[in-house]
Amino acid sequence: MTETVALHGVTKAYGPIVAVRDLDLTLHEGEVVALVGHNGAGKTTQVKMILGLARPTSGTVRLLGADPAVDGIAVRARVGYLPESVSFHLAMTGRETLAFYARLKGVPLAELDRAFATVGLGAAADRAIGTYSKGMRQRLGLAQALLGNPRVLMLDEPTSGLDPALRREFYSIVAARAAEGATVLLASHALTELEGRADRVVIVNRGAKIADGTLDDLRSLARLPVQVRARPAGPFAADGWRRLADGSFETEVAPADKLALLARLLAQPGTLADLSVTEPTLDDLYAHFLHREAA
Amino acid sequence: MTAIPDALPRAVRRESSMPTILTLAAKEIREGFRNRWVLATTLLLAALALTLALLGSAPTGTVGASRLDVVTVSLASLTIFLVPLIALLVSHDAIAGEAERGTLLLLLAYPVGRTAIILGKFAGQLAILAFATILGYGVAALAVGWNLGAAAWSAFAAMVGASILLGAVFLALGLLASTLVRQRSTAGGIAIGLWLFFVIIYDMAFLGLLVASGGHSLPPPLIDALLALNPTDAYRLLTLGAGAAGGLTGIGALAGHTALTPPILVAVLLAWTAAPLALAVLAFARREP
Repeated sequence: MTETVALHGVTKAYGPIVAVRDLDLTLHEGEVVALVGHNGAGKTTQVKMILGLARPTSGTVRLLGADPAVDGIAVRARVGYLPESVSFHLAMTGRETLAFYARLKGVPLAELDRAFATVGLGAAADRAIGTYSKGMRQRLGLAQALLGNPRVLMLDEPTSGLDPALRREFYSIVAARAAEGATVLLASHALTELEGRADRVVIVNRGAKIADGTLDDLRSLARLPVQVRARPAGPFAADGWRRLADGSFETEVAPADKLALLARLLAQPGTLADLSVTEPTLDDLYAHFLHREAA
Repeated sequence: MTAIPDALPRAVRRESSMPTILTLAAKEIREGFRNRWVLATTLLLAALALTLALLGSAPTGTVGASRLDVVTVSLASLTIFLVPLIALLVSHDAIAGEAERGTLLLLLAYPVGRTAIILGKFAGQLAILAFATILGYGVAALAVGWNLGAAAWSAFAAMVGASILLGAVFLALGLLASTLVRQRSTAGGIAIGLWLFFVIIYDMAFLGLLVASGGHSLPPPLIDALLALNPTDAYRLLTLGAGAAGGLTGIGALAGHTALTPPILVAVLLAWTAAPLALAVLAFARREP
C-alpha cells in the first residue's frame, strides 16, 4: 500500500501546552482510519499539521510525498477537509457556496450537479443555506470536501448531529471513496459508531497515541472480559456468579475461556431457561485504553 | 453514489495567484450585496449627500462658487467622518469573523495562498466601497444639476476618487486589525479606536498644538509631517485645499504654505494603504488558525 500521510516523532507545543506529543502515524491508500480521542486530545491539531496549517515544534510531516508546510498550496489541491464546526454564509445558496470552493480548487463547475447528487442535495442546491437543516449543512460540508476527488480526505466529527439513516449514508459515501483508493481519516470522540466503518483505529489521549490497530487487534490487546448471564430452569451451582434481582446469574469470563464456559453451561439440556453473552462494547474498549493510560 | 472524476490538471498555484484573488473578491462582493451591506451603505451615503447638497445650495450666490463646488466641499467633509467608519465596519470582520465561523480553517485547507486571501478580500471590499461612494455621491451631484461646468465636475470626480482612496486606507487598517486578533469583537474595538484616533482625537490634538504655539513657532516641515501622518488630514488637504474648494474653506490658507502638493498627498494616501496591507500579509502568514 502506498503511504499518503506520514507523521514521524511529531510534537506540537503552544507555549507550555503540548497539544501533540511524539506522534508516529502512517496512513495508506484506500484506508479508512478513525482518530479517536476526547475533545482536546489533539485530534484537530494533528489534522492542521497534516494540512500544513500548523508547523510541528519537532518531527516531520509528509502529505502525499511533500512537506505540507512548504508545498502546501500545491498539495492541498489533492486533499479534502471538513472541519468540525463550519457555518457557511446563510444568505448564499448551496450552489453559490460550492461553486466558490470549486473555483478555488480548479474543479470545473459542470461537476457541481453531480457533487450535489452524490450527497443527496440535488433538490436543495439552489436554496439559501439558511433554509437548510443541520443534516443538509453537514452534507454540503461533505460535498465541498469531496470536490476534485481528493486522494486524502479528512473529516472532523463528520456525523455529529446526523440521524442514524444519514449517518449510514455518510459512511457509505466515505467507503466508496476509500474503495477508489482515497485515504480517509475520521476524527471522532465516539468509537461506537465506527464498528465496521474503520479499517484501523488510532486512540489518542492528551496528545499521545495510546493505541493503533484494527478493532479486533484492540479487542485482543485489551482482553476485556465477556459478560455471561444465565437464567436457570432449576437448581444452579452459583459459584463465582452474581445473583441478580430477577433470579438470573451473571459472571465475567476472559475471551479465551468463553467457549469452554458456554460448553459447560449447555452440556446438560434443561438446566437453563435463557442465556445471553455480551461482548465488550467499543466504549468499554475506549475506556479501557484511557484508564490503562491513566494508571 | 456516483463518483466525481479527477479534476483537470491545474496550473501551479502560487502565493498570490490572480484567479484566486478574483474568486475571493467576487465572493466578497456577492456577500456584500446579499447581506444588504452594499444597499445600506449606498442609501446612507446618498441620503446624507442629498441632504447636504440640497441644504448647501442656498449660499452659492454670495461666494460666487459653482453649486457643484459647494456640494464637493460638503461631501468631502462628510467623507472624513463617514467613509473611514464604513470602511472599518466592513473590513474588521474579514479574517477574525471567518475564523469565528470556522470558514477560515476551511479556506486555508484549500490550495489558496494567504497573500491571495488578504488581497482578494481587500479588492472585493474596495469594490463595494467604490460602488457605494460613486453611486451615493453621484446621485447627490446629479440632484444639483448636471450642466455645471467641466471644472466643477472634474473637481467633484477628484473628490470622489480621493474619498475612495481614503476608504482604501481604512479598509487596509481594519483588515490589519482583523488579522492580528483572534476575536471579531476585539477587531471591532480596535476599529472604533482607530476611527476615534484618526478622525477626532488626532485633529483635536493638532489644533491644540497650533493654538498653543500661537500659529507662528511651528516650522512648516513639521506641520507638513503632522498632516501626512494622519490619512484623514492628507485627504482634507487634497480635496479642500485646492482650486475653487480652497476658497470655500479655511484649508486653502493652510494649503498655501505647505509643500504637500496633490501628487505627494496621493502618494501619502497610497502609502497609508500599502503599509497596513503589507503588514496584514506578514501577520497572516505567521498566524496559525
